[in-house]
Amino acid sequence: MTEKSEASPVQGVTPKNITGADERLAAAGWFTRLLRRPESGVGCGLIATAIIFAVLPGAGALYSLQGSMTFLTLAAELGIIAAAVALLIIAGEFDLSIGSMIGFAGVVIGLTVKHMGFPLWAGIASAFGVALLVGYFNGLIVVKTRLPSFIVTLASLFILRGLAIGITRAVTGRTQIPYILDDVPDPWVAGIFNGHVFTGFFHWMGTLGWIGVKSDGSPFVPGIPMSIIWWLIVTGIAGWVLTETRFGNWIYSSGGDAAVARNVGVPVARVKITLFVASACAATLLATIQVMEAGSADTVRGMLKEFEAIIAVVVGGVLLTGGYGTIYGAAFGALIFGLVQMGIFYTGIDTDWFKVFLGIVILVAVLVNNYTRAKALGERSTP
Amino acid sequence: MTGLPAIELRQVSKRFGSVIALHDIDMKVYPGEVHCLLGDNGAGKSTLIKLLSGVYQPSQGKILVAGEEVRFRSPRDAAGYGVATVFQDLGLIPLMSISRNFFLGREPRKGVFPFQRFDKERANAIARKAMADVGIQVRDPTQAVGTLSGGERQSVAIARAIYFGAKVLILDEPTSALGVHQAAMVMKFIIEARLRGLAVIFITHNIRHAYPVGDVFTLLNRGGSQGTFRKSEITRDEVLSIMSGGEDMTAVERDIERLLETIKR
Repeated sequence: MTEKSEASPVQGVTPKNITGADERLAAAGWFTRLLRRPESGVGCGLIATAIIFAVLPGAGALYSLQGSMTFLTLAAELGIIAAAVALLIIAGEFDLSIGSMIGFAGVVIGLTVKHMGFPLWAGIASAFGVALLVGYFNGLIVVKTRLPSFIVTLASLFILRGLAIGITRAVTGRTQIPYILDDVPDPWVAGIFNGHVFTGFFHWMGTLGWIGVKSDGSPFVPGIPMSIIWWLIVTGIAGWVLTETRFGNWIYSSGGDAAVARNVGVPVARVKITLFVASACAATLLATIQVMEAGSADTVRGMLKEFEAIIAVVVGGVLLTGGYGTIYGAAFGALIFGLVQMGIFYTGIDTDWFKVFLGIVILVAVLVNNYTRAKALGERSTP
Repeated sequence: MTGLPAIELRQVSKRFGSVIALHDIDMKVYPGEVHCLLGDNGAGKSTLIKLLSGVYQPSQGKILVAGEEVRFRSPRDAAGYGVATVFQDLGLIPLMSISRNFFLGREPRKGVFPFQRFDKERANAIARKAMADVGIQVRDPTQAVGTLSGGERQSVAIARAIYFGAKVLILDEPTSALGVHQAAMVMKFIIEARLRGLAVIFITHNIRHAYPVGDVFTLLNRGGSQGTFRKSEITRDEVLSIMSGGEDMTAVERDIERLLETIKR
């Protein structure tokens, strides 16, 4: 049964005894199989983008160790939320409040640590506690009212942003909370989010002269930033859950056809609420990383991040209508995003053009998605 | 037929407000028998299926499974009693693979918490075998259901119902959207299910699909039963004439003839 077309007497035609039903179905070659994977389009896109920037001026700086770390960090920050957003979109829902949640979570950390005297770990834990509640309420309202999540989370977008600005100004008189990391009893906690790994290895490479070093002998790139590690962890977990677990099957079915899923006993409401919580938590993780790196919280952080995440996810081959796509596609989408953003910077083109490029990329991605979905369904259109 | 009916309706009625959709339906379906439910559009077939499958609850009357009175709260509840329904829209998700659809909501798992996984190898193997049992060789259980033909999709739904231990299989217009070849394929599945001792309820308005595979025919018209007949008791034309309301049809034919006459002139 697993014979490939090589076993067939005629190339591309399946022997009759294999299908039993319809000899007109041609066997899928490895290339078509690869193309049928939801992330195939974005994979090609990523290679194309990488090649384009490799021949443009500034390629040397972009693909240097420092340049690579910069665009990887950008990709990582977007990728963390894109992974959660991908799960949610595959389950058939949107979360537009994710950008505001980034700002709000940062404010929670800032206020609890700076103005309530919480240790750092407790401040971060409070932010995640708030994320649980926000995600739960977003999900509950969507599931109970059956309103489109687009509208429900659009409301959360404004409420959370307004709360972040309002509360911060009421407490501090400003819209930023600086010097959060000063005088905390547990500064090591920050290292989990803003530190670097493999620092010894990078230092060693520096001493050998393989990578650039500063005048004091320490390398320009001290190691791999924790944000990249977090991105890999989040992507790994989300990808594993989606394709390898029962819950993943439920995610696909909730977005594919919620009524059918409910009929066979899939707890669709629970699946969706869980994913709204996951997306709020991913936003909070990103907020924590940003606050730890900057040492301050800003109420306008995360503005438009919800759309950037949706772009990465859709570019990654996830269908906006739900039920189809992978997490690895979303990770590739985030990578393209980071690459283009830094690539344009290094080419010397005015970065104002980044948004134009972004718009074109979205359009192309959606067209490619349409095509790959038709491939996946064997050119058959289904309701 | 002797023994207990697999499923039985006693004086079942269903009203929606002041509309009487079904009244006083009696029906007995025995294991190893194909019971065809025939009726024109609006005869009450859909309502009856929804009662049998747990989507609706009867306003009056009883449903008995293997001699015991039951009350289905949902299709899932009905499936728990061994009453599985293959709906017209099939209850399959086109963008998901055959084996993911097959085990949706009942996924086999392996490993220990928190690393418990969906056992895809087992799911693929079982899905492939269950499909082979109803006579479909699947090339690749990981291919999307959307790539299958209409008849093959029916086979996924039917194989799934049989695998999960259905005693009663309800098929809602399984052949209506299919071509001749595909419809024949589905009729073969129906016979397969019957040979396995399932009670099959086959809903259709197409007598040509019902008559070859049916053992018993219940005819519905305007929400009421026009009687239940064994195959030996009734001919195809008689079924057809009762279905369409007998008298009415001859009247329609007369009208058409008159119309044709006028056109000729």
